[in-house]
Amino acid sequence: MATQGKEAQGDVPTRRVELVVALLVVAGGVVVVVDSLRVGIAWAEDGPKAGYFPFFIGVILMLAGGLIAVQTLAAWRRRAGEVFVTREELTPVLKMLTPTIVYVVAIYFIGIYVASAIYIAGFMLWQGKFRWWTTAAASLGVPIALFLLFEIWFLVPLPKGPLEAWLGY
Amino acid sequence: MLEDVGNLMQGFAVALTWKNLVFMLVGIFLGVLIGVLPGLGGANGVAILLPLTFSMSPTSAIIMLSCIYWGALFGGAITSILFNIPGEPWSVATTFDGYPMAQQGRAGQAMTAAFTSSFVGALFAVILITFLAPLVAKFALKFGPPEFFAVQFLTFCSFVGMGREPPAKTIVSMMVGFALAAVGLDTVTGTLRMTFGATELLQGFDFLVAVIGLFGLGEILLTMEEGLAFKGTKGKIDLNVVLKTWKELPRFWMTSLRACLIGCWMGITPGGATPASFMSYGMAKRFSKDGDKFGEGQIEGVVAPETAAHAAGTSALLPMLTLGIPGSPTAAVLLGGLLIWGLQPGPLLFVEKKDFVWGLIASMYLGNVVGLIVVLTTVPFWAAILRIPFAIIAPVIVVICAIGAYTVHNKMFDVAMMVVFGVVGYLFKKLKYPLAPLVLALVLGDMAETAFRQSMLLSGGTMTVFFSNGLVGSIMVLALGILLWPLLGRLRAWLRAREDAAAAT
Repeated sequence: MATQGKEAQGDVPTRRVELVVALLVVAGGVVVVVDSLRVGIAWAEDGPKAGYFPFFIGVILMLAGGLIAVQTLAAWRRRAGEVFVTREELTPVLKMLTPTIVYVVAIYFIGIYVASAIYIAGFMLWQGKFRWWTTAAASLGVPIALFLLFEIWFLVPLPKGPLEAWLGY
Repeated sequence: MLEDVGNLMQGFAVALTWKNLVFMLVGIFLGVLIGVLPGLGGANGVAILLPLTFSMSPTSAIIMLSCIYWGALFGGAITSILFNIPGEPWSVATTFDGYPMAQQGRAGQAMTAAFTSSFVGALFAVILITFLAPLVAKFALKFGPPEFFAVQFLTFCSFVGMGREPPAKTIVSMMVGFALAAVGLDTVTGTLRMTFGATELLQGFDFLVAVIGLFGLGEILLTMEEGLAFKGTKGKIDLNVVLKTWKELPRFWMTSLRACLIGCWMGITPGGATPASFMSYGMAKRFSKDGDKFGEGQIEGVVAPETAAHAAGTSALLPMLTLGIPGSPTAAVLLGGLLIWGLQPGPLLFVEKKDFVWGLIASMYLGNVVGLIVVLTTVPFWAAILRIPFAIIAPVIVVICAIGAYTVHNKMFDVAMMVVFGVVGYLFKKLKYPLAPLVLALVLGDMAETAFRQSMLLSGGTMTVFFSNGLVGSIMVLALGILLWPLLGRLRAWLRAREDAAAAT
């Protein structure tokens, strides 16, 4: 509260995130209501139509999201000092999230085992600054263990890429 | 009553095979591991391992999965006491007195107290389940669609009325769950809802994927934000400490009993283990004669929250088994498992699948005994695991979450969704939207909708069907009462403030 009205450079204020999420909730509610109206919210010959129940859900979503938005706006001044996440906190979160998104996209192309090995190795080198042999042991050991567990013992096929195809799996 | 004891003995015969005992041990071990590691908890741990159990017999599978749950409940205490990091939300209250005890060199004592009270709480809840579940199931056989909807309504109202979060946010979280549950093919009319032409959405959103994302990746993101350093004390337990602590514990029987009752109440009405542990800690602090020393390392401050958390976690299975309504996210995942094995939880389960139900209940007794022994003997090992740097653990957990999300339906789309749910989980957690109602609504959405529609069919479209007889009427009134409870409190505060203002002028 000491920093009332003033936000440090790069800090994300809570009130703004709160408002955005509340408005997204309202938007979600609108989507649900519109789609329910499309499939019909009335009574057909054999009972209620498909939109009957979701329509209420959408309406409640809009109301509850709207309430939170209004409450946030009403307390806009008072909540000026609240920081949702500081820049120092946001950096590690993004450093986690970005590689994860890349990892998931990579699974499409090179399969989950190779992608996991690269992901673990990359993360360890980038964030942990481990010695290369620790990195190699963890990043190769985990996918190999997973391969044995899923493909060989439990016979649960996971996404595979060119390397596994080359090895005959 | 006698019949139940007989059934239970038969259950022990089912559960006490070598094969099932091994599954129990494996389950407890995995469970403690999940409980100790950040980002993996009871709910998403069970969700990830669920697909691996499809090839087992349902009884063995549920025994192993429920043991993972007990293990996770035990494991949360280890990190709280040694590292001041709650491995699970319900062990936050354990850090208040557990960590100071560890700093004073009494970690062994604190952990013995925590594990023993967990065991006592769970045992109390299992005994309650043994004798209450058959009665509830018998009673619920009379339920029609309106009654089922009313009970589900009660479940969701108690989230709003009894949660610690702002009611509007609880409602949002719940409705998001219901909305996501409605996506896809409507089973009654065959209409496509909210798919917007995307074939990936035909089957809708699977709650297992949501659980893995919300609780797994979301938790990892939060842990990253808080920093990676684990600074902890050494954990060691020897027989001497255990025996000495056990001699001390009976003094706290009153605290323990109170915690058991709070826990069971919060577990059956889905308040959940986390509020139960806080409530129990608060009560113990108020009633204890050493109340003002709480927070400085009182054993009683460890006993109270741990007992309540375990009692709540265990009794959450009672409504899951008897009514098909889970009392916690983990119970919801177990329910999902039952559905996949073709077992419909609910009152009929007690009639049609007697072996299974009583085998499971018997395994709850055995699992907790096994769990207590395992955790007491393996603490140093778990403490060592926590010394592995987070920069290794974090990516490995994300990999495991990705695999878990993929194996639910063998779809890459689910892995992408898991990441989305992870971000949602992070945002919701930081903005104090509760996650449990979202998961439960996603699980129960279809069931609640079906019950609602059938009720409407019965009545021809009027809401009066929910007050048409004494049973459904009283459940609805109770539900509405709980729903409006926070409003009442606010009204009273407002009236008092006005009185004060009037008195001042």
